Amino acid sequence: MADILVYSDKPGVALELASKGRELATALDMRVSAAALGEGASEQAEGLGAHGAERVYVSESEAFVGYPADVVAEALAQIARESGATRVILGSTRRGKDVAPRLAQKLGAGCVTDVSDLVVEDGAWVASRYAFGGATVAKEIAATEMQVFAVMPKTFEADDSQPGAGEVVTPALSLEPSAVRLVDRRPREGEVVNLAEAERIVGLGRGFQAREDVAAGEKLAYALEAELACTKGLADFQWMAEERVIGLSGAKTSPDVYIALGISGQIQHVVGVMGAKIIVAVNTDKDAPIFKLADYGIVGDLYEVIPALLEKIG
Amino acid sequence: MNIVVCVKTNPDLEMVRIKNREPVLDAVPYKVGDLEKNALEAAVQLREEAGEGKVTILAVGEGDRKIKETLKEALAMGADEAVIIADSSCEATDQAGIAAALAAAVEKMDEVDLVLFGEGSSDNYTGQVGPRVAERLGWPQIGFARAIGISGDNLRAERRMEDEVEVFEAPGPLVVTVVSEINEPRIPSLMNIMKAGKKPVMEWGLDDLGLASDDLAAQKQILSNLAEEQDRKNIILEGDIADQAGELINALTKEGVLGR
Repeated sequence: MADILVYSDKPGVALELASKGRELATALDMRVSAAALGEGASEQAEGLGAHGAERVYVSESEAFVGYPADVVAEALAQIARESGATRVILGSTRRGKDVAPRLAQKLGAGCVTDVSDLVVEDGAWVASRYAFGGATVAKEIAATEMQVFAVMPKTFEADDSQPGAGEVVTPALSLEPSAVRLVDRRPREGEVVNLAEAERIVGLGRGFQAREDVAAGEKLAYALEAELACTKGLADFQWMAEERVIGLSGAKTSPDVYIALGISGQIQHVVGVMGAKIIVAVNTDKDAPIFKLADYGIVGDLYEVIPALLEKIG
Repeated sequence: MNIVVCVKTNPDLEMVRIKNREPVLDAVPYKVGDLEKNALEAAVQLREEAGEGKVTILAVGEGDRKIKETLKEALAMGADEAVIIADSSCEATDQAGIAAALAAAVEKMDEVDLVLFGEGSSDNYTGQVGPRVAERLGWPQIGFARAIGISGDNLRAERRMEDEVEVFEAPGPLVVTVVSEINEPRIPSLMNIMKAGKKPVMEWGLDDLGLASDDLAAQKQILSNLAEEQDRKNIILEGDIADQAGELINALTKEGVLGR
């Protein structure tokens, strides 16, 4: 029987993929397996089962230290063969994007990365992804028997309403250590910003006229308990950290609400907030493209609007 | 150290317009991607650090991609030579096919220590070609390097993941993809641009690589590629700023996105 295999180096993303895998498997009469690799892998097994996996292939092999792409891809190829998987769904995290094409090459599979939606139409697995810098969405199918998809985090919801058997399997892996050795690992320096998972985001654009004015945006974000973000332009000015950039060259987000302050709405930025439930735009130019994408718009000067909002929030 | 930098030309995205949801590419100029310039700059710096070796630009395709016109600038940035894989089947394929051609070209070259890529192309950003080439060559890979250097007999690369920084070492041969923060690509001087015209540019066909058109067959099909339709409320608030602010907070509270 054909099988679906899901894997992500991020345990939360792996649960999202297991849930989606379960949904697809149910509709297509397939089975879904999950892989958990590296340190702490066995602790993920129960959750993956609860989120739909029938089987969880667990390996804490030393060869996974540093998640070298060659070794992880080889392990997943072996697990895919062992489980009979014809569809492999990975998370499009950095490590996932490193591994997915390599795995696809091993399996002779067509591969789509940065997948923003995955549906089955007339038996074909149709993957959506942004193209031309986010200006368009391409719908792609792989013409190969084996297919690999790397799905953006938060594309699907983790759902434990349809648990699988969660049978833990130790795969028969035959792995050579990678020639690439991890020699140092440290927490990310600078600001820790998790835009991808933020529920509320205040985004700052070129409507801010000086570096010190960014503080007003920060104040609003603080009052709304929102994460602060910006366009690439403000990071290029070094007014804000690179980690806070949303868009093509930054984070892809899907908050409940995105408040765009002084942002014109260039596609290279807004591609990162298309998934927002509600978009609010504040801009002095009533013709700014951001208003076409907004649910609520205030045509006005952010230097007046921010204090007014702060007053109402109290 | 012999370094190959894989380069692709892309439509200038700033110039792409959308008409009836379709991207309009007529008259859009092609240029070498910014990330590929970062990879090239990293290669030139590594060759300087090593004190020996050469930097070879490896590019695929001709025709629409106008690779030849753009190669001069890349050569002027400090590469020693360029190889173009010139075959029309490179135009119609996907990342798997391009990887087949690139890997075959690297295998044809003598003693390559390192193949560099940008983390993705500026147009479609799939990030697939580098890892696929690495697998074809049977070499290990390091993705998303933000620093690269020489450490004894090893290459050393640092990368930043979602929540940590990792440093790797490997003896090579190796495939590395780079991110934009790795360097600021140099802008070649007029003198270097003039000299670049004299650098060797070789054209290899699929025959030279021992490949047939079928080896470059696409594995994927693009069903459609259209601008997204966003279904938004498009409510523009009215009144004085204080009223609008109040209305906005009320609306967001009603939507259930504030005040929890």
